[in-house]
Amino acid sequence: MNVHAAKTEANDSAAETILSVNNIEVIYDHVILVLKGVSLTVPKGGIVALLGANGAGKTTTLKAVSNLLSAERGEVTKGSIHFDGDEVQALSPNELVRRGCIQVMEGRHCFGHLSIEENLLTGAYTRRDGHAAVRADLEMVYTYFPRLRERRQSQAGYTSGGEQQMCAIGRALMSRPKMILLDEPSMGLAPQLVEEIFEIVRQLNDKEGVSFLLAEQNTNVALKYATYGYILESGRIVLDGDAKALRENEDVKEFYLGVGGEGRRSFRNVKHYKRRKRWLA
Amino acid sequence: MLYDVLIDPFVQMVAVPDFFLQVIWEGFVSGVLYALIALGFVLIYKSSRIFNFAQGIMVVFSALTLVGLHSMGIPAIAAVPLTLLVMYLLAMSVERVVLRPLVNQPDIILFMATIGITLFLIGFGELVFGGENKVMITEQLGIPTGAFELEPFGGFVLIEQKDVTAVTMAILLVVGLLLFLDRTKMGRAIRALGDDHQAALSVGISLSTIWVLVWFIAGVIALVTGIVWGARAGVSFALEVIAYKALPVLMLGGLESVSGAIVGGIAIGILEKIFEIYWGQPFLGGNTETWFPFIFALLVLLFRPQGLFGERIIERI
Repeated sequence: MNVHAAKTEANDSAAETILSVNNIEVIYDHVILVLKGVSLTVPKGGIVALLGANGAGKTTTLKAVSNLLSAERGEVTKGSIHFDGDEVQALSPNELVRRGCIQVMEGRHCFGHLSIEENLLTGAYTRRDGHAAVRADLEMVYTYFPRLRERRQSQAGYTSGGEQQMCAIGRALMSRPKMILLDEPSMGLAPQLVEEIFEIVRQLNDKEGVSFLLAEQNTNVALKYATYGYILESGRIVLDGDAKALRENEDVKEFYLGVGGEGRRSFRNVKHYKRRKRWLA
Repeated sequence: MLYDVLIDPFVQMVAVPDFFLQVIWEGFVSGVLYALIALGFVLIYKSSRIFNFAQGIMVVFSALTLVGLHSMGIPAIAAVPLTLLVMYLLAMSVERVVLRPLVNQPDIILFMATIGITLFLIGFGELVFGGENKVMITEQLGIPTGAFELEPFGGFVLIEQKDVTAVTMAILLVVGLLLFLDRTKMGRAIRALGDDHQAALSVGISLSTIWVLVWFIAGVIALVTGIVWGARAGVSFALEVIAYKALPVLMLGGLESVSGAIVGGIAIGILEKIFEIYWGQPFLGGNTETWFPFIFALLVLLFRPQGLFGERIIERI
């Protein structure tokens, strides 16, 4: 009876979080330790921001989740990652996409010699539900990104940065994802375009129920659209909390939002954030 | 002397146009075959950045398998699909045994691995089918062997029917392949993989599936080349040499361009023949076809390092 109750409870909590990363360590080339115990969770239907400076380990974290690390000679040496109840490390990137976890890589990575429409169609590679369903989703992507419809026949390599970012997100959408790992969507884009893209992210989250884990350097925008945020520094989570709370936090303001409160402050006086110990559930 | 070298050959071309046509036709036929082999290289290179040294031996191996199966008493009609099956198994084992364990290794290591595949196929082919020269089962496959004559400009041009068959098969194969690459989901995935490896992985394109497919296509190309070239020159390990003719074609056409391989192949075929007949034989003692394409490709590379049709690198600034 008791066991049964515990089991139901576990199932319930599994239903609430779509992604849980438990204390992972990532090593590149067998020697370079990049992540030193990162833990985070993404609730189903949430937008979670992963913030931090260059080289903090944001991209590595995302790639660990999508299991694309091995292509760069990286490996998860400790900890575990669960997506929707499955152990990620046991699945190939192909399997993961099929189960609804897809990454939009930093720098867009569109297929330059394919047309925009062909790019979008490659996103449906893992689907088995037939031509008509894929066509319908193509229409859906064009509704979210009308600009892509105009450029559908252009070679992706010749489109603008914003169009390529839209193409990359649209391509991910074509796989019918439950969660999109979005890496630096704002990179190299005009502020207005950044807002436009984040606005669409919010809509996708609202209407299609897609969860997002987004890595961003643009803390300001990311915290505006996310519900929860983690701040990563040299491979460790140093701070996390509701997006709102993070926006109010003096130190975050000082170092990531660039709006310090009382004049110039010295680093010496800044509270040192210790990694909170997280234990495997 | 200068007149003999620089002017006289052209005078001859104009003076005896039917012979000139004959030369161009023969060059065209071998050119089409070079193009086919180059296409095999291009496909594998595009999808995996591997320069597949084994493409030439795959031609020999597929032809040997076909002839060997036939000599075991299997009718030609059944031997062809069986050979295709063998090529598929080969593609699968190459992926499983060679490529998958070596993924992410430097290009040169994969290149060395394809040399290994070459040596293995030579040994394995000899072991199973014997090393002696064989005759392609041209008639059993229904390839006509006659010839017909055309009479342009009052002269005559002799066209062998098996050459016509060769060209037709090559064209069908190329058109089919281009349609496949352009229209189907798998074709799109192959091109996507050629463009951006990482991104292809991220959208869930499975490398193993594509690699098996691409090596199998290269095997099919090898079989077609083996059949038509074997019909002209017999089936022996010396056939492998024609695969090296694909190298200048690739230099000309660029390693990544399908159309480059086709145009480059035909251009090399025709040019080497013309050079051989009008310059090679009178002035250089003949047999220039073995080296002319390489010199020609070198000269082109001096002026266009990406080859004549090398894929334009799209770069945003």
